[in-house]
Amino acid sequence: MTIPISYYLLLSGIVFLTGIVGVLIRRNIIAILLSVELMLNATNINFVAFSDYFRDMGGQVFVFFALTVAAAEVAVGLAIIIALHRSRSTINIEEFNLLKW
Amino acid sequence: MSQLVFGYFAGMIVATSMFVVALKNPVYSALSLLVMLFHVAGLFVTLHAEFLAAVQVIVYAGAILVLYLFVVMLLNVKQDDRYHGQWRLAGFVCAPLLIEAMILLSGGAGIRTTGTQTVLVPSSKAIAPDNTLAIGQTLFSTYLFPFEVASLVLLVAMIGAIVLAKREISEQETPGPIVRTKVTE
Repeated sequence: MTIPISYYLLLSGIVFLTGIVGVLIRRNIIAILLSVELMLNATNINFVAFSDYFRDMGGQVFVFFALTVAAAEVAVGLAIIIALHRSRSTINIEEFNLLKW
Repeated sequence: MSQLVFGYFAGMIVATSMFVVALKNPVYSALSLLVMLFHVAGLFVTLHAEFLAAVQVIVYAGAILVLYLFVVMLLNVKQDDRYHGQWRLAGFVCAPLLIEAMILLSGGAGIRTTGTQTVLVPSSKAIAPDNTLAIGQTLFSTYLFPFEVASLVLLVAMIGAIVLAKREISEQETPGPIVRTKVTE
């Protein structure tokens, strides 16, 4: 009794969709970074599902790299948030329009 | 049985990921993400990726989520976190993915070609008995160079985080925006 691969694709698509919606509609920068984590996890589910489907270890190794990049992204992103909060004393995304045209 | 397990994990993952987006308090969002990560790890176990499940729990739940919670508590955010008015853009981005999901649900029309032959053939090879051994052998033979690059990425991220979050910039150097705001205050 095995699960068809399309179920995993569907699950990962739904989680990725939730992440995109979170990035677009939230105003808190920390919530936006959490939504990015959601998207990374959706890709990880895909990688592992296909790795099991094809019996190929490459997918799991790529999840390993994705974890590394996620850790780096969190470290740099949170450092940027702390620096922003120190200079502007807010983390509302609406307040940051320095780079707007 | 396995379908029941998958259903439980999938349902919990979807529900908690929606809670991550929907809850207003960032602490609750982070804790909801924690529950979601544990269920993703459970899904990895059912997919014969035990090592990745352990790494998921240790790195994500142990390191990344703690970092998030640390920053949330450090910044002490007390504000009304209203939503953006970007629903139209969100809908525009999400519509193709929803159509994709419909196609997947309707019997996998994208997977099957015109004939009876399927494009994605599941491998009939046996599952590697030792998952960690198999990952290690793949990682250190085929993916050795990406592995080294990943270590470099971590080093750069560490240095970058320290430089970005450093408190004081001395006056003699080029005055950054942080120094200027302090002077005006």
